[in-house]
Amino acid sequence: MIPSTDYIRLLPELILIVFGLLVMLIEPLLGEHNNRKGLGAIALMGAVLSILASFYQTGYEGAAFFDMIHVDTFSIFFHVLIGLIAAVVILASFEYLNLQQIRYGEYYGLILLSSVGMMLMSSAVELVLIFIALEISSIGTYILAGFRRNAPISIESSMKYFLLGSFATAFFLYGVALMFGATGSTSVYTIATTLAQGATPLAYVGIALMFVGLGFKVASAPFHIWTPDVYEGAPAPVVAFMSTGPKAAAFAVLLRVLFATEAPGWFWLIWASAVLSMTLGNIGALVQNNVKRLLAYSSIAQAGYILVAFAAAKDIGISAVIFYAAAYAAMNVGAFAVASHLANVGEKYVTLDDYAGLGRRAPGLAAVLTIFMLSLIGIPVTGGFLAKFYVFQAAMQSHLTGLVIIGVINSAVAAYYYLRVIVYMYMREPQRDVPVLKMPFALGVSLAACLAATIYLGVLPGRILDYAMASARVLVR
Amino acid sequence: MTPIAPTFFFYFLSAVALISAILVITRKNPVHSALALIVTLLSLAGLYLMLYAPFVTGVQVIVYAGGIMVLFLFVIMLVNIERAMKEEEFNKQWIAGLIASLLLGGLFLAVYFKGRAIFPSEFTKIPEQMNTQQVGMLIFQNYLLPFEIASLLLLVAIVGAVVMAKKKLS
Repeated sequence: MIPSTDYIRLLPELILIVFGLLVMLIEPLLGEHNNRKGLGAIALMGAVLSILASFYQTGYEGAAFFDMIHVDTFSIFFHVLIGLIAAVVILASFEYLNLQQIRYGEYYGLILLSSVGMMLMSSAVELVLIFIALEISSIGTYILAGFRRNAPISIESSMKYFLLGSFATAFFLYGVALMFGATGSTSVYTIATTLAQGATPLAYVGIALMFVGLGFKVASAPFHIWTPDVYEGAPAPVVAFMSTGPKAAAFAVLLRVLFATEAPGWFWLIWASAVLSMTLGNIGALVQNNVKRLLAYSSIAQAGYILVAFAAAKDIGISAVIFYAAAYAAMNVGAFAVASHLANVGEKYVTLDDYAGLGRRAPGLAAVLTIFMLSLIGIPVTGGFLAKFYVFQAAMQSHLTGLVIIGVINSAVAAYYYLRVIVYMYMREPQRDVPVLKMPFALGVSLAACLAATIYLGVLPGRILDYAMASARVLVR
Repeated sequence: MTPIAPTFFFYFLSAVALISAILVITRKNPVHSALALIVTLLSLAGLYLMLYAPFVTGVQVIVYAGGIMVLFLFVIMLVNIERAMKEEEFNKQWIAGLIASLLLGGLFLAVYFKGRAIFPSEFTKIPEQMNTQQVGMLIFQNYLLPFEIASLLLLVAIVGAVVMAKKKLS
């Protein structure tokens, strides 16, 4: 008999599933040419309710379903973060879907269902469940990437993401299998006790393979090749979603797998991947003219900064990872939401030249994008600054001076291409006539939310940081 | 029940699996390849049975030799075999393939001779009558949540297939 508190520990996921199915059930009742805003509203309600449910979970911490999931401050933090990302992306999609004439209600259903996968990834403590959750979130995003069905580039994006993603998942699964072979268990905590008595070479290989799989999901080098192509072709709000949600969830899994199991031998893996991600991401971004590709390379580099905090390890590093994931979600969703609005019908206007003179044509929008860019650089008073600060502080405390130096040099390089966007907006004359549509209400709300979160994290980080610290302690024990 | 002549059956099933696997990649007609693949899968099922894993054997026969095979045949029916057979096969990369399989073989030999310490030396033997029962108990108790949530995974995949196959609206 399963106690009823177990269901409360699964409540956010259950709510999302119910609302996701509701969206799917209502979708066929709508006429082919009606717009799908009503479904969006239902999906939004689901996301908001699941965030509330996550807060409600604070009184019900503990294990559920035969130790499959653990509800703790760590999982609640990621549940709320993923719920917020889903809600903001749904808001940002209202007008976008109309504009691009995407009349499939499944869009909202898939956002909710893949959020279920991501949420489960953050609370699962069992590799089998983690794998299934990872697949739910991945398959959902593969499909979402192909939703601009009239654009070949979108189909290409979906196809590439699917093929390479499946390949990466196979690596993860192989890693899980070897880990099971080495320790005789797939439960994170049992693995921890077995590994504490000494690790076999099999365990090292298992960890490495699992890192390959997760490294793909977080777009860290050398598993980042897919990122620019996929981000370029996928619908912009979907990119906002898949560049933050699955990433946050995969980082959560990586934290659990590496730190809760106290797995051996990952340090140099993470170190090398961090350096490669920062360097390759930033160098790649320097030469991009397409804003979506630029942001794709930027997201690779950002993944690198987060991995620096991994290398720093223990509670201060973990809390830096958690804080960075939140700050990154706020600024990145915001930047892609702006890009999705400017892109217009058929995502025609996505190059830097199209952004030229935006400061005069749409001063409000330009100002908002400027703040997101400044946050991505890491300028004070924004969430991005403190996130980077905590990462490098954690790395310094762990005496990773080399890594910090590489990271800081990279941040300086990164400033060039983020500033380039700002320079284009304020100091270049437009090359061609680029229409800017009136800001729709829903998108305005979602942008305001991202902006508020970015500034809030930059000015009053205390509460989130305390919470991140508490989550880190739960994980390390 | 103690197995009869395990050595003979091991080598027999392995040989059948290997020969039919080679047939899978050398036949030009994809239907022949698919049929050879069934033989491979069935002989693997036999090997699982020798490892006291009747449940895995059953799954192997029903899912792989049954379900997935039907899927293969459907795909083969949908594509134009006549044209595919005339086309040049992409076995041009046999040098790369040879190197890869030699490396893999070397790895297997190394593990066989040197790597005994890597693997646990003993494993708990479960009476074969209990095997399926125990899998069932695990699925509906400890692994209830992953088992149920897997249905969501299938749902998402089906929705994806339907969305991608839906007719486009102009």
